[in-house]
Amino acid sequence: MRENFLPAFDFHRTFVEPWSAYFDNTIWIVVMGFLVAATCGLIGCFIILRRMALVGDAISHSLLPGITLAFLLTQSRDTLPMMIGAIAAGVVTVALIEAIRQSSRIKPDAAIGIVFSSLFAIGVVLISVFADSVDLDAECVLYGEIGWIPLEDQVVLGGHEIGPLPVIRMAAIAIIAIGLLLAFYKELLVTSFDAGLAASLGINPGRFQYGLTLFLSVVIVSSFESVGVILVIAMLIFPGATAMLLTDRLPRTLWLSALFSALYAVLGFHLATWLDASIAGGMSVVAGAVFTLVWIFAPRRGLLMKYVFKSHTNVGSSQSSQAEMTAS
Amino acid sequence: MKTSRNKPRCGFDCRLNWRALASILGILVFASVSQAAKIGYLTETSWQEQAIEFWTLQQPSVRMAVLGTVLIGLCCGILGSFLVVRKLSLLGDTLSHAVLPGVAAGFLWNASKDPWVIFIGATAAGILGVALVGWIKSTTHLKEDSAMGMVLAGFYGLGITMTTMIQNMAMGNKSGLDKFFFGQASAFNGGDIQLLGIISAITILVLLFFYKEFLTISFDAGFAKGLGMPAQTLHYALMALLAFAVVVSLQAVGVVLVSALLITPAAAAFLLTDRMHWMLLLAALFGMLAGVLGAFISYLSNDLPTGPFIVLGATFIFLLAIYLGPRHGILPKMLRRRRQRKRIALENTLKAVFHLCEHGHFERRVFELKELAQERNTNLKSVEREVENLIKAHMAKVEEKDSHLEMSGQARFRLTSSGWLRACEIVRNHRLWELYLTNAAHYQVDHVHDDAEEIEHLLGEQLVKRLEDRLQNPITDPHGRLIPSREQVTV
Repeated sequence: MRENFLPAFDFHRTFVEPWSAYFDNTIWIVVMGFLVAATCGLIGCFIILRRMALVGDAISHSLLPGITLAFLLTQSRDTLPMMIGAIAAGVVTVALIEAIRQSSRIKPDAAIGIVFSSLFAIGVVLISVFADSVDLDAECVLYGEIGWIPLEDQVVLGGHEIGPLPVIRMAAIAIIAIGLLLAFYKELLVTSFDAGLAASLGINPGRFQYGLTLFLSVVIVSSFESVGVILVIAMLIFPGATAMLLTDRLPRTLWLSALFSALYAVLGFHLATWLDASIAGGMSVVAGAVFTLVWIFAPRRGLLMKYVFKSHTNVGSSQSSQAEMTAS
Repeated sequence: MKTSRNKPRCGFDCRLNWRALASILGILVFASVSQAAKIGYLTETSWQEQAIEFWTLQQPSVRMAVLGTVLIGLCCGILGSFLVVRKLSLLGDTLSHAVLPGVAAGFLWNASKDPWVIFIGATAAGILGVALVGWIKSTTHLKEDSAMGMVLAGFYGLGITMTTMIQNMAMGNKSGLDKFFFGQASAFNGGDIQLLGIISAITILVLLFFYKEFLTISFDAGFAKGLGMPAQTLHYALMALLAFAVVVSLQAVGVVLVSALLITPAAAAFLLTDRMHWMLLLAALFGMLAGVLGAFISYLSNDLPTGPFIVLGATFIFLLAIYLGPRHGILPKMLRRRRQRKRIALENTLKAVFHLCEHGHFERRVFELKELAQERNTNLKSVEREVENLIKAHMAKVEEKDSHLEMSGQARFRLTSSGWLRACEIVRNHRLWELYLTNAAHYQVDHVHDDAEEIEHLLGEQLVKRLEDRLQNPITDPHGRLIPSREQVTV
């Protein structure tokens, strides 16, 4: 409890305390934040390339009825039923969007909006009707809070405590994501950039689209506890989009997005602790700030460079922008 | 509640006399304030009593909630129509999330839920968000969906950071900011309704004055620029109206679900009509219906939130439109297709009978089922069904008077005059088309049959006439068979 919105400046409080107060817990929270952001960021690069950013938004919203139903049916908060509920919700969302798009003249963007808002509304209704029996909080799903993840249950491996269960679980998902990425890198690359070429090479683009959607649901459901369904979108899009302003190569984009994720986790945690605010919110604010900085100062594509370049050589810039257009 | 019953007709009246409309809206705005009262004494009664209480509109709180949701539905429906036709549906979603930091900032301004201050803050944030989307799109190579996602999530994150900070402040506990996430129409008070009424009036008036301009930039922005219309200004004017509507709707439906109010009624209207002004009226009507529906259901019990039910009401209307819409609906389309399939099957049978006639040099008029089965290359059973269908359509009749058509190859039937006419027509279409393909399109003679097989069912009278003129009233088709002439058809 405090009186003022912004805390008064105090060097120790501002720069040291967030890291010194409860370091044992702190480090796990930051690690968790990094894992969430990195996994989302990795899959997010492909989501951006496929112009599915708002499908991700839709899926993350429709998880609410999925996990609520899973919870109502099993009466447990175990990972497995939640996962199944979430994956089912993801599949239903994508299938419904496709169904509306194909059976009517509704454009995909409107279809996305209709489907996710209806499913989300169903979720909120379910939670409020079964409020007594549902131990889920709609607002918790909306915001999420890394600070609340249970750190007590430690995973013990070979007699050593290696870390809290949720963090290890997220790490496992991150490793699976990296494994899948390495295994199917070429296919993902081709289907993301040129579905026609992929089909002619014997890769089924539809299958990869669905696979990616499924995995997206898994990632979102494992992240929502920490960052909430809406800020998952921040973690999905910001790392990749920021990286894409800096480079044109996909591998470099992926590395950079992981780097940015670490930045979000550390700075976001710091900001949130200092301001006494939601950590997920802090991470998104940092993500937005980093994007803005890159947007302005990026070496080749930054606003500043464009401005400087334009004011000196007008002809050259128009040529280069033309070249860019043909390249894209 | 007289004023709100007048509401749906406003759209029509105003085309004739916008001054009447303005005065109605004015009355509405100020009448509503006099009814101001807090909801809050929802006692636990059975849902039937609640339902009666709702529809009789005795409680001021009910009137308030209904008026509020109706106005919201009206505003969002109209403005959403422009988003839907411009394929910008999710910009509404972006905008509704982007207002959150503005709401928090407005609350911080004087630490109260003053609707006007929150309104100004939220509108500013919303417009800034939309402008950022446009700016990111025009200055980077990132696509629109990524830009929208970033603005949505970035602003929302900022908003959550600020809200959690407020909630951790001493005065934050009673802020009621959480109402903005899921919405509660019963929380409407006089000030909110007044704001809503003014926004609705402004929206309708602006759209009336600049309808042509908004129409042009929505469907052909390039043309609008060519005409010298300030497309950019109009775009931002629309966005400003949109931000107004979103912000005033937040209280009833919450941040997440406002976008549904913008998209769903408009999408339902889009399915039903091709004219923009009808779409606007229908969308406004659907929005208002959804609003009343949501307010009603959530009134039945204390623990039912308003926003989700308004959204589900809108979804219900959308589902009705997508399934039952007369022109683009799934069911009518299915029925039409089925009817067409049936007609084509009938016509194929008739054609086969015609061929039988032709084999017999037009001397026999009575045929056995067995012959037809041979001609159609199928079994007796399906041929029997086909002929039964013909009989049902009064295009054929059984030859033996007292016996019904039976499962024997000997059963005999003949075509009625209407059946014969139709058969001639179909064969005529077929052969004319074959001739057209060989003569005018220079197809090989052995390549034209399959094409004609498809088109024969679709040629209308006028097209046939044009074919005839073009082919100079031919007598034989490319295979040398006679084309049943118009005279023969009409005889």
